[in-house]
This record gives sequence, structure tokens and C-alpha cells, in this order.
Amino acid sequence: MNLRIPILKLNDCLIVSIQWELDDQTALQFQEDLLTKLHETSARGVVIDLTPIDFIDSFIAKVLGDVISMSGLMGAKVVITGIQPAVAITLIELGIRLEDVMTALDLENGLEKLQRELEA
Amino acid sequence: MSYRSSVEILTEWDIVAARQLGRNEAKEVGFGTVDQARITTAISELARNIYLYAGKGKIEIERISEGGKYGITIIASDEGPGIPDVRKVMEDGFSTSGGLGAGMPGVKRLMDTFKIDTVVGEGTVIKATKWIR
Repeated sequence: MNLRIPILKLNDCLIVSIQWELDDQTALQFQEDLLTKLHETSARGVVIDLTPIDFIDSFIAKVLGDVISMSGLMGAKVVITGIQPAVAITLIELGIRLEDVMTALDLENGLEKLQRELEA
Repeated sequence: MSYRSSVEILTEWDIVAARQLGRNEAKEVGFGTVDQARITTAISELARNIYLYAGKGKIEIERISEGGKYGITIIASDEGPGIPDVRKVMEDGFSTSGGLGAGMPGVKRLMDTFKIDTVVGEGTVIKATKWIR
């Protein structure tokens, strides 16, 4: 049952596309895998694309928020992309605010935003 | 007689099973994508609370209708420690599990009606309903 989320490297960025509903173990494993990959590759930026995801509960939101903070500690910037309307609505109603998190509409915009941030 | 289905919550995996059941039920009853996400998220939070605080319990999903309206009621029940101060858990930002879980106020906002019955030492039953608009 323990499927790992693939993490791809493109120049100095890591790209992650979360394709299926996250269970607790997969989410925590992803946290660890991403930080390990950052360490191994010295990547400076990460884009996490959530386009296929149709709901995010407080646990997954916490794991995502934590991995963004942890990546920050390691010197990498993270952009979240592809949050669906239904996901945005339920997250805010639930009372979860991913403040100070960089977001973009889709992967393309996310990569552009990240490049600008890294050049700045 | 209303249609009811249920998932026992014993492990983390049952949280996934409960929200999948809820999403399927919400879709079949005719909820739109945003309400499907609300219902799925509410079930996930309630199932996680059972897993974290009571250890085990049950999530039931009931299809309901009233005066031409259709909807879903989530019933989350456990025989855990119960909630000593219900008013406190309904305050935003209150959590006894170290920040995990958006808590009950979030679930209440996602649903149309929300009711907690709890007895310390006996357990908790939470009923939350969403109607199709």
C-alpha cells in the first residue's frame, strides 16, 4: 500500500505532482523523501502540483505546511500549484490558512514564479 | 427507512475508507464538486478525531430526504473518553493534540447542521448534515 510520490529534478528545481489521494503514511513519507532529495541534489526550489487533488483535510494541510517550512530551513523555496476551487473553499471554511505560502494557478506559472524568486 | 452505510474506524487506513465512502455517497446523492469536497473533508476530520481521541469508533453515512430536499447526515460515534468541555472544543484554534486537526468549528462551518452529544467516560456522538441546495 505504500506508494511513493515521484520527485523529478529539472535544472535547480524539484517537481512533484501529487496524483492521488494522500493517506497519512504516504504524506509523511513524501515529507521525508522531499527533504532527502533536496539534500542530495542541492536543488533551490520546489514546485508541488496538486491539480488532481479534490480535497485536502487538516492533516494533509499540516504536512504540506510543515514540508514548506522544513524546505525553507534547508534554503529552498516552495511553490504550490493547481489548487482546485473546491479545495480552496473547503480549506478556508475549515479554518486553515496556508499563509506565506507561494502559490500559482498551474505548473507553468509556478515554475516561472519560482525562477523569478530564485533570481531575485 | 433511510439508506445508511458505515465504516469502522480502527486504523489510519479506515480514515481513507470513510472519506471514500462519503465522497461516493455525496456524488450519488447529487452533490456538486464543492459540496462533495466539504463532505469528504468533514468526514476525514471526524474520523481522525475518533482515531486520535477514542482509538476506535464508527462513521455512518445516512441519505436523508425531507419535503423534496435531499441530503446526507454523517454520524461519528465512539465509546471514548467523551468531551468534558464542549464549549471549549467549539472555539476556533482549540486542540489538545498539538495543532493537529482543524477541530470541530471547521467541521461545523463545512456542514449545514452540527450536533454533539457527549458523556464523559461513555463516549461521543456527532451528527452533521448537509442538504443539496
